[in-house]
Amino acid sequence: MRPPRTEAMIASLATADQRSRPAPFGNTLARLAETRPEIIGMTADLAKYTDLHVFAAAHPDRFYQMGMAEQLLFAAAAGFAREGFMPFATTYAVFAARRAYDFIYMAIAEDRLNVKMVCALPGLTTGYGPSHQATDDLAIFRAVPNLTIIDPCDALEIEQATVAMADHDGPVYMRLLRGNVPLCLDEYGYEFDLTRAKPVRDGADVLFISSGLMTMRTLEAATALQADRVDAAVLHVPVIKPLDEATLLAAIARPGRLVVIAENHSVIGGLGEAVLSAAMRAGLTGRVRHIGLPDAFLDAGALPTLNDRYGTSTARIVEQVKSWL
Amino acid sequence: MAVAGRSAASLNDLAEMARVNRRDVARMFMAAGNGHFGSCYSCTEIVTALYFALMRVDAARPDWPDRDRFILAKGHAAPTLYSALIRRGFMPEDWMDEFEVKVGARLMTHPSRRYQPGVDASQGALGHGLSIGVGMALAGKIDARDHAVYVLMGDAEIHEGSVWEAAMSAAKFRLGNLTAIIDRNGFCVDGRVDDVMPVEPLADKWQAFGWDVIRLDGHDLTALLTALAPRRDAIEGRPRMIIADTVKGKGVSFMEDVRSWHSDAISPEQYACVLEELGEGGA
Repeated sequence: MRPPRTEAMIASLATADQRSRPAPFGNTLARLAETRPEIIGMTADLAKYTDLHVFAAAHPDRFYQMGMAEQLLFAAAAGFAREGFMPFATTYAVFAARRAYDFIYMAIAEDRLNVKMVCALPGLTTGYGPSHQATDDLAIFRAVPNLTIIDPCDALEIEQATVAMADHDGPVYMRLLRGNVPLCLDEYGYEFDLTRAKPVRDGADVLFISSGLMTMRTLEAATALQADRVDAAVLHVPVIKPLDEATLLAAIARPGRLVVIAENHSVIGGLGEAVLSAAMRAGLTGRVRHIGLPDAFLDAGALPTLNDRYGTSTARIVEQVKSWL
Repeated sequence: MAVAGRSAASLNDLAEMARVNRRDVARMFMAAGNGHFGSCYSCTEIVTALYFALMRVDAARPDWPDRDRFILAKGHAAPTLYSALIRRGFMPEDWMDEFEVKVGARLMTHPSRRYQPGVDASQGALGHGLSIGVGMALAGKIDARDHAVYVLMGDAEIHEGSVWEAAMSAAKFRLGNLTAIIDRNGFCVDGRVDDVMPVEPLADKWQAFGWDVIRLDGHDLTALLTALAPRRDAIEGRPRMIIADTVKGKGVSFMEDVRSWHSDAISPEQYACVLEELGEGGA
């Protein structure tokens, strides 16, 4: 195997042979802002790595560079929102969740201010190590009242979710995939809905419940499992909060399927725990397995190696599911 | 009462409103049984000058776009703000007697937009106010409106690093419409501010960060009226910092400069003394 290059650690997620679209968030926001004068863009020295540079180039008079100061970023965004503007504030997910939490909780969420937080490097999407890997952002933000949380799968969903969050009146946190972002949901006639989990594929033996980019991998895994005559369904859950419990519980209640929850997040506090607690409260029982990042400070290194190590690569998902059947 | 619901006409009226404000604060804390007396009484004249002489506000339109904004970053001095808003007609007077007392009381320890008309930003966590003010001042400049944004901070609040993030940005964005005030009463929870973490030389620090700085006696209404006047024709320019040297617990002899009155219980006997010292009449 060739040694990982540094640029691969933080650059685009899409590989050369994958279908992709460039900067789906930045391009969509720039287009939206043409007809919505209340939209402004703000960042903490990470426009380039959150695709907000596309917006900045298109609307330089509505772009605010706040410097490497995340607490200022989100509190100033609250000030803008108080005055009727709709700030899209970007940084890395680790800095939003860990460094600016109090500011997001008090200055934005309590008053339901219309701030859109769009944050890159969710879960294991960089090899830079724990300082940059947001394996805990969902656990942290799920505890914020009034906050809507989106974990999109691909370029198509990011485009649709960006429009949906602008149409939603209230604070939203979205995990961002940036650069050349893989495209897969278009093959399934997918449409994002801020209130719904979406069955993307049906199957009788296994039910994958996945969010974010893990849905790309559960769809690939479902295809691969066909070779072993395993029929796998995929239920995609892009909105972590508020959770579409009705759709989830109905899918889990269908008899005879192994339920596999897969998420690009620590196994603590993310989609898995949210779904399982809802299922317990509803009195559902069944066979459930959980694929996610370990309760550990992850290693640095090349992403393919790390995803294999932690069981979150497509190949490892297939292997694990076969071992559970 | 002489000046209910409108601006004070004269310096005497303002001094009277400051006295009324201190009595209102004591009334709220007596209802609750304790409170941040020291922190409230050190900023009485600042808040009074703003709400009764300088700020463009209208109780009938709490969210009037052209109003001047005020953020009480040192949110634990909320009763001082509540009194000003009540005496300007934003909220009914009898809300004071529910302060912190019963479930559903609309006046609580810290200002909240969820319950209180006239409050421009919910506060309570120190170090948020100046950054919020930066956003509000930036928004004001987009439409070239001439309203002022005021942020009142405590002197120990500037221990928070976020204050300096905001300080840098206000100079970068030339927020001439932003005025910050530091209530330099010298005390925080664990002792004297300059023992806990020295903050001087304050004026030099803010000047170095690109602000116009004025230092004054924070109980001198005449000086405050000049220094805090809105700069409606200079919204593009250096932000303004007013360092107000104040006395914690000002106006009540047994509270002045006494650390325990940062937050303390008050007995009916002490309440009687407070009212006696602040004089009868008025409200």
